[in-house]
Amino acid sequence: MRNHRTLVPAIVIALYVLVALCAPLIAPFDPNHADLAARLSGPFATTHGHFHLLGTDGLGRDVLSRIIYGSRVSLAVAAATVLVSGAFGVTLGVVAGWRRGWLAAVIMRLADIALSVPFFLLAILVVAVLGPSLVNVVICLSLVRWPRYTRIAYANVLETRERGFVRGAVAVGAPGRWIVLRHILPEVAPLAVVVGTLELGLMVVFEASLSFIGLGVQPPTASWGSMLSDGQQYVASAWWLATFPGLALFGLVLTVNLLGDAVRDRLDPRRRVPRRVRRRRPGLGEPAAEPITTALEADHA
Amino acid sequence: MNDMLLDVRDLRVSFGPGKDAVTGLTLRARRGETVALVGESGCGKTLSALALAGLQPREAAVSGSAELGGVQLLGRTERQLRRIRGNLVSMVFQDASTALNPLMTVGAQIEEVMAIHGTHDRRARRKRSVELLAAVGVPDAANRARSHPHQLSGGMRQRVMIAIALAGSPDLVIADEPTTALDVTVQAQVLALLRESTRDAAVLFITHDMGVVAEIADQVVVMYAGTVVESGPIAEVLERPHHPYTAALLASVPDPDVPQAGELPTIPGRVPPLGERDAGCPFRDRCPKSQDRCRERPPLGPVAGGESAVACWYPEHGEGSSRTVEEATR
Repeated sequence: MRNHRTLVPAIVIALYVLVALCAPLIAPFDPNHADLAARLSGPFATTHGHFHLLGTDGLGRDVLSRIIYGSRVSLAVAAATVLVSGAFGVTLGVVAGWRRGWLAAVIMRLADIALSVPFFLLAILVVAVLGPSLVNVVICLSLVRWPRYTRIAYANVLETRERGFVRGAVAVGAPGRWIVLRHILPEVAPLAVVVGTLELGLMVVFEASLSFIGLGVQPPTASWGSMLSDGQQYVASAWWLATFPGLALFGLVLTVNLLGDAVRDRLDPRRRVPRRVRRRRPGLGEPAAEPITTALEADHA
Repeated sequence: MNDMLLDVRDLRVSFGPGKDAVTGLTLRARRGETVALVGESGCGKTLSALALAGLQPREAAVSGSAELGGVQLLGRTERQLRRIRGNLVSMVFQDASTALNPLMTVGAQIEEVMAIHGTHDRRARRKRSVELLAAVGVPDAANRARSHPHQLSGGMRQRVMIAIALAGSPDLVIADEPTTALDVTVQAQVLALLRESTRDAAVLFITHDMGVVAEIADQVVVMYAGTVVESGPIAEVLERPHHPYTAALLASVPDPDVPQAGELPTIPGRVPPLGERDAGCPFRDRCPKSQDRCRERPPLGPVAGGESAVACWYPEHGEGSSRTVEEATR
């Protein structure tokens, strides 16, 4: 069915969000409860009558519970960063591409500057001034990530504004704001969505690295990033510490990217394949398949 | 000449000193009349049309006068132009496949024109857009309004373009080679439609195709290298072309009844490019009749015994050639 490409990743992401929202109901243990006697138990271990599905960490905390609670931090920071930097970046890019001239020069040079600032230096600066908190992590990441959206939006607007339908809209007397909202933004939006999904996965990782150097979430709060960095010292002895948060992260990033691709295709009517054509496709492919296999066999013979 | 709806006088478009792309276009059209602007590539016909809608490139300077029902179109601010475009003056572009937004339904694109020009009632817009689609011969208009451009054929897309152009009930429709991208049978349908649907407007029809001119135009204005070389009623221009360029253009249209042996007739040489144009007749290098006097530019003057005007010292069909310089420049 044609909807599966959107539906399946959307359901998986909804599950992630649901888990994050309902963490206290789902998590089998208090994520910060340390039981040093049960430290570094492997998956499926039962210690003191407690069953730890994914094992425990170096302080004896339940890994599954920490992953569940950690999803809150990771999802919230990544989503907020993508929304803030995306909205900011796309707006600036569209303004620069539509107005051109000195304003575009100023915006694009600002983007260059933002890209050239060393990320961790800026992070340290922000945290030094504002103190470590999740909001400051979002601010910090947004300050660094907006130029990606701006550059892509700018380039796309420059291209789109020369297209026939934009000239057509000018020729029927449409004001600039109308053209930007009705004709330019719909062209830019799918690109921004795709960039956003790629960024979403990256932001989970960035949050992890900020937490790793102590600028993000503070211990004992769990985030996938901090769990990964805690787990790295045990990689040889307790593989489950880094593996399961890593899998959670991998699964989220993958489904978000799959959803991004599917959404892009759905937003663009040119890519929408009419049902009838699609159903015929396997039938068209079959005759072609045979000569190819025989050719391969002939090669081997 | 109060019955003239469109009155363009001495329209000039310049890209700077020595780079005059259009040097004096004069044309008039009554309501319901179609004026064909003919000429080969680079002669300034599209630029002239764009200038009438204020759509010329930013670096171009436009002068002269163009009145549409008494309203001056030239020298307007962008804000004033926005009220004129789509409402008083609308355009049909050559390639409907790029001039339509691929992401919007065709119905929404027709409604857009009305929304811009103050029809706030969505239901009224929807109703009229379906009416317009039906009027331009789109079958099953109510459903077709919900189609995207890529789901329509080239002819249907061009019909949608015409519906968009008509949505604001304009007084002037500028059609810039609207049928060039279509095959001949569809072309004939679209031309008939354009003629039929613009009874209340003046149409400026830009083309290089003499066959199309014969089908649609009431008046013909022949441009060459930025200037008008001949203008007049369709029958006279096609039957008795006075300017050697018009004559040569018509001679290079192959006649299916008299198959040509060998190569088709062409006009040797090329249009003098911008910056290489001088004060003389621009056609003289390619003209079989050119003489010393052609170093001086001939003015556009009336032809003796006809309704046309021609800019040539030695016009074809004799009658006009008795004019002297003094008479013509007076």
